[in-house]
Amino acid sequence: MKLTLPWLKEHLDTDADVETIAKKLTDLGLEVEGVVDPGAALEGFQVAEIVEAARHPQADRLWALKVRSVDGIHSVVCGAPNVRQGLRGILARPGLVIPASGEALTKATIRGVPSEGMMCSWRELKLGDDHDGIIDLPGAPEVGTPAVAALGIEGPVIELKVTPDRADCFGINGIARDLAAAGLGILKQRDFAPVAPETDAAVRTEFDFQPGNERACPLFVSRVIRSVKNGPSPAWLARRLTAIGLRPISALVDITNYLTFDLDRPLHVFDANKLRGHLRLREAVEGETLEGLDGKVHRLAPGMTVICDDSGVISLAGVVGGVSTSCDETTTDVVLEVALFDPLRTAETGRRLGIDSDARARFERGVDPALVLPSTEFATRLIQQLCGGRAGPVQTTGVVPDSRPRIQFHTAQIVRLAGISLERDEIETGLRQLGFEIEGGPDLYDITVPSWRHDVSTEACIVEEVTRLHGYDQIPPVSVTKMSAVAPPVVTPEQRRRSDVRRQAAARGLLEAVTWSFMPEGQARRFGAEQPILLRNPIHADLAAMRPSILPNLLQAVRRNVDRGLRSGGMFELGPRFMEAAPGQQRWSCAGLRFGELRGRHWADPARNVDLFDVKADVLALLTTAGAKIETAQISTDAPGWFHPGRSGRVRLGPQVLASFGEMHPAILAEAGIEVPVVAFEFDLDTLPKPRTKAGRNKGTLAASPFQAVDRDFAFVVAEDVTVEALLKAVRQAEKQLVREVSVFDVYRGPSLGADRKSVAISVRLQSQDRTLDEAAIEAASQRIVASVVKATGAALRS
Amino acid sequence: MTLDVGSLRDQALAAIGDAADLRALDEVRISFLGKKGAVTGLLKQLGSMDGDARKEAGRQINELKDRIELSLAERKAALQAAALEARLLAERVDVTLPVREEQQGRIHPVSQVTEEIIAIFAEMGFAVAEGPDIEDDFHNFEALNLPKEHPARQMHDTFYLEAEQNGAPLLLRTHTSPVQIRTMLAGKPPFRIIAPGRTYRVDSDMTHTPMFHQVEGLLIDRRTHMGHLKGCLIDFVRAYFESDRIPVRFRPSYFPFTEPSAEMDIGCKRGHGELVVGEGSDWLEILGCGMVHPKVLRAVNLDPDEWQGFAFGMGIDRVAMLKYGIPDLRTFFEADLRWLKHYGFMPLDVPTMAAGLSR
Repeated sequence: MKLTLPWLKEHLDTDADVETIAKKLTDLGLEVEGVVDPGAALEGFQVAEIVEAARHPQADRLWALKVRSVDGIHSVVCGAPNVRQGLRGILARPGLVIPASGEALTKATIRGVPSEGMMCSWRELKLGDDHDGIIDLPGAPEVGTPAVAALGIEGPVIELKVTPDRADCFGINGIARDLAAAGLGILKQRDFAPVAPETDAAVRTEFDFQPGNERACPLFVSRVIRSVKNGPSPAWLARRLTAIGLRPISALVDITNYLTFDLDRPLHVFDANKLRGHLRLREAVEGETLEGLDGKVHRLAPGMTVICDDSGVISLAGVVGGVSTSCDETTTDVVLEVALFDPLRTAETGRRLGIDSDARARFERGVDPALVLPSTEFATRLIQQLCGGRAGPVQTTGVVPDSRPRIQFHTAQIVRLAGISLERDEIETGLRQLGFEIEGGPDLYDITVPSWRHDVSTEACIVEEVTRLHGYDQIPPVSVTKMSAVAPPVVTPEQRRRSDVRRQAAARGLLEAVTWSFMPEGQARRFGAEQPILLRNPIHADLAAMRPSILPNLLQAVRRNVDRGLRSGGMFELGPRFMEAAPGQQRWSCAGLRFGELRGRHWADPARNVDLFDVKADVLALLTTAGAKIETAQISTDAPGWFHPGRSGRVRLGPQVLASFGEMHPAILAEAGIEVPVVAFEFDLDTLPKPRTKAGRNKGTLAASPFQAVDRDFAFVVAEDVTVEALLKAVRQAEKQLVREVSVFDVYRGPSLGADRKSVAISVRLQSQDRTLDEAAIEAASQRIVASVVKATGAALRS
Repeated sequence: MTLDVGSLRDQALAAIGDAADLRALDEVRISFLGKKGAVTGLLKQLGSMDGDARKEAGRQINELKDRIELSLAERKAALQAAALEARLLAERVDVTLPVREEQQGRIHPVSQVTEEIIAIFAEMGFAVAEGPDIEDDFHNFEALNLPKEHPARQMHDTFYLEAEQNGAPLLLRTHTSPVQIRTMLAGKPPFRIIAPGRTYRVDSDMTHTPMFHQVEGLLIDRRTHMGHLKGCLIDFVRAYFESDRIPVRFRPSYFPFTEPSAEMDIGCKRGHGELVVGEGSDWLEILGCGMVHPKVLRAVNLDPDEWQGFAFGMGIDRVAMLKYGIPDLRTFFEADLRWLKHYGFMPLDVPTMAAGLSR
């Protein structure tokens, strides 16, 4: 919403300057987004007259002028082609800053002739592109008139962000009322006195709504005005509309736009001679069309309110007028329409047809029903002033609705909700100036809400009204303190666990990413969603499905990074993945990957690509951080299909899957356009065993053995399909008391072993809790270990 | 017999002095003190002596032996020192060589700032609540005083799912406010929660992304008013920006779920494509807030004449950008490794009020 200071002052008698007004507007909740004063740069520029225009003695193309200002006669050198004696234009005196150049004018001597000023062009004043010559003011304005007045500059333009509840402030009158109530002036009213009819010309209007649809248009007022003369608007009106960003069209059209902003009162004028028969309001029929004033042909549908004559639809009520009955320079008789249209239908119609008109913006928020008849008179008067004509009688169809809510307001609510107490006088004066009718008091008021305030319905609303007039800055802040001196934790164990996992992942060298919750539908299917959760209105086809896994988004990020030349790295994300289209059917998931080289070429070590054991280490560390007992976990080889089937695994606790890890499937990488190796992991946090909450803080006593530990190496030859996990399990089970640690230090394959066989070399640390192991005991334990492994895996001890 | 102890000593000491390394020294030791060594040979002769002569000879031989052993030890120490010296010289490396590469992980600014916000509100007794990203019409709109036809719904630019529930399409939450509703429906007052999380709107341009992060705040009890709202948020802003001098301003505004409503601005300075928080004469909106609307309280079965309080909603990404000078919201979600490294936080930088929010 834009307005100008002079326009505002037609509704508000005030001496306040634009800064004061702007600050007050913001304090009232009408946030000022900007104030632009095109005249501010013209301070000091004045009208002056060329009293003598002679050719410059030294230069063919220049003039040596004598210019009269209020201070006397000045010598001015000028190169403009339109110089003539008697011309009145705008003189800049030395010291003034020329708006176009931003530089101060200085006295100069040009080829021997002194120049004590400059006659300005429109472009030099930044008021237009016209640079064909100096400004030549029509109508001989008085010498010394400030440029702002002489040039007809409207004045400072204020741009407001009006919140959608404040329908009334889509009119300058409403804005003025708020300022007056806040003590910044006195509200003035437009001339709403009835204009006496001079003709009985009228157009009949009938409502033709299905029962139950009467709300579409409760009130329709029309008035015929005969013998008008349409043409360009006067300068003041054109200037005013231009200042707020509207294009002047013709006086009749400009008047309707003027009232839209002046009184928040959209209205319409039909060319009476283009109407066929009488007016009828009804719901649109499927397939009807209207060529709108917005230059488009709209296909109408039921639910939309239309105005028709015998020719069919001529206007889309409250949204846009039609071309067939529009006014132009030949118009002589008009029908003025002032009506109430249902906000919801107006909004829906505008939305469906994609029409964002000033009329729609106002009708959908609700206009003032009580202003329909007064504004009809004001509009009539304005039309007559600018276009002449004889008015007919006001024709009213329907009734002026009065649905003003009444509120029982307890004054105590102010201190209860706002934390301040206000004097009776302040409460009553403020509310009355805003247009509220109040009775009773001082503890309980019976308040009637003004017809233009559709946003006020509760006591809390009244508290807001009196508080914003008083000023939010006047409310003393009170700190909120916690309820006990040493507060209990405020994050849940699950939240804490997520934070810990994040920080552990980062500590392991992975960069935390945050990517979209969405992805392409195809990706969602590829990564496990049998029925992807689809958006009706995605912003892009690539963002159409809720992600069932975080990995595809990270893979896309890998591709982008590789494209930028970052060919190795690691990242992770901890966020939601979505299981089903229902609230709560989502899980906290953590996915991570490493790609390219784990280590680049280095003087000390050879370069190495990432491999699946890098991410296996990551996922085991993160699961440990999350509190999972991974010592008892098993690895299975049934990871989801987006992993390499032979180079991936799952971490399990019995039947429960904790995590998946491995190399990405080459086909997935090819689809993603990634040409570097990628290894990845993913797991859900919600399905891990719950972190411990209470008790059990005691760590138990450390039982470190004081006796000597011994290490024994074994090499077993086993079939290729025997897992090392099975072999190690057999070792541990053989000597549960003595085996402290088992490590694998070599896996060898070679022709000497035979096909499909491998040698696994392990080191076993044996230690007793209660004695030093002697040779016999060690030997006995070794034999039990070998026997157990042989039995469990069919291994042979390698000789 | 006479013992030529003196000359043997001279021989031994000379040989020890000539020994060039530990091995040669050991040979010297063996040649004098070994089983077949010269000194050992002398000792063997003692058996054929008697009386005082034997005593005297034994004394002299032992003296000689001690002298040689001492010399050997000294020489051994010297040779060892020299050998170590030589080894150290040989082992010298260029310590200016670069170390082995280590991956440096970082925490995303959204996670970090969320934890900062949690730490501050924890000081004021707010617990952390959560809710689903996929929401229904009731929790996201209806219960928040945004009935079906409410014009303000248009401001929300909602993503709708194909899937429906109770005849209405499910949606992606447009704000974290539905967590208020879920919290109040699930528990008993008083309430004091913040709810950080992902939020979604159909919006994508220079300053908007279809997904962003918000934190909701809710305080409901029998006495909390707008003074508390102001106090709480002023305390928050000063703690978050780690400055007691941040200018703040509360403006009346409009949200369907609060009445009275306000927006909070902080002072800033704009210019040269930069924005400095906490100084200058411009204002920057950082959050919306207000007293919880009586209709919202009724929607969660609370009596608005008994219970009251405030709610607020703030953009996490936005305050992260402001505090840490991150220029472009869109870059938050691009997972550019260089960006993550530059704007990310060290894993051990856990924000706490005791140790300071940020370094």
